[in-house]
Amino acid sequence: MNIDTVLATAEGESSGGVHFPPIGELLEWPGILFDNSIFELNKVGLIYLFAMVAPVLLFTLALRRSALVPKGVQTVAESSVDFIRESVVMQTMGAEGLPFMPLLLSLFFFIFFSNITEVIPFIQFPANARMAAPAMLALLVWVVFNAVGIRSQGFFGYIKNTIIPPGVPGPLLVLVAPIEFVSTFLVRPFSLAVRLFANMLAGHLLLVTFAVLTATLWTKSPLVSIVWAPFVVLIGLTGFEILVAFLQAFIFAILTAVYIGGAMHADH
Amino acid sequence: MLNMLAEVDPQETVDGLKAVGAGLGYGLAAIGPGVGIGIVVGNAISAMARQPESAGMVRTTMFLGIAFTEALALIGFVVFILLNFA
Repeated sequence: MNIDTVLATAEGESSGGVHFPPIGELLEWPGILFDNSIFELNKVGLIYLFAMVAPVLLFTLALRRSALVPKGVQTVAESSVDFIRESVVMQTMGAEGLPFMPLLLSLFFFIFFSNITEVIPFIQFPANARMAAPAMLALLVWVVFNAVGIRSQGFFGYIKNTIIPPGVPGPLLVLVAPIEFVSTFLVRPFSLAVRLFANMLAGHLLLVTFAVLTATLWTKSPLVSIVWAPFVVLIGLTGFEILVAFLQAFIFAILTAVYIGGAMHADH
Repeated sequence: MLNMLAEVDPQETVDGLKAVGAGLGYGLAAIGPGVGIGIVVGNAISAMARQPESAGMVRTTMFLGIAFTEALALIGFVVFILLNFA
């Protein structure tokens, strides 16, 4: 919903009280293209397309004017690659994780660009506040780290090394093995998806709450002395949400790296 | 009192209890992760203060710890949303 409907609903409540839009109004968007078919495209789909195209554009532009001493957009591209390389890959997997750079960089940029639309004016919706894409990304990560584990340790070796931690006495294994199995193969993808989804949904709801409060107070002149209070909070939260959008993309990438790195070698 | 209760639509009672449960549930789910994140960040800060040269590694590990700890609070938030709106 845009600012006009917020103002309209705020004005409509003449008897006092704040009208919060129901959650369906905030998260469900009508189709724009190919209505009522499986190819239906709505705002969320458009944001995902944007998040796909934007990194490609960024790196194409950076390559086109590439120079030995980077300038402008090339600096952004190079420092982001360097950031992923140094603080994600090298910290968790070491040099042998470098083949996974493209995957981690794509994950990082896709999630970052579909999160950052939360604070871009006139879009103002984080596409990851819908569960579909986080769930698919988590499934992708699950497939990748299991494939890496099976390839480097063999199927049964991988399962055995994963669910039997070294140094656990025999009888305790009855307890430990099922816990390890559930936490590695079921809880990991679930928590990966829920972490991204719930963070973005919570951020979006926070911003909506303070936007509605600001709009409601704006239309009630007697309260003019505190009109600015929710507005100041809204500005502060917008800055915080930029940080969260970046941090969630970073955490998703680094957890992927940790899972892949853990699957490469058995614990000793 | 009993007459008053009998007049209330049972669905209303269910909805009210759902709202109470959702609010309490999220509040309870936030206690542990709140304490946990405090411990993680506090120890990370004292580690960085002792050994500033290892700050980069500590920061990465700190975010990892925060991510794992925070998951419980987020699941509580999802339960809140599901109870209230689903």
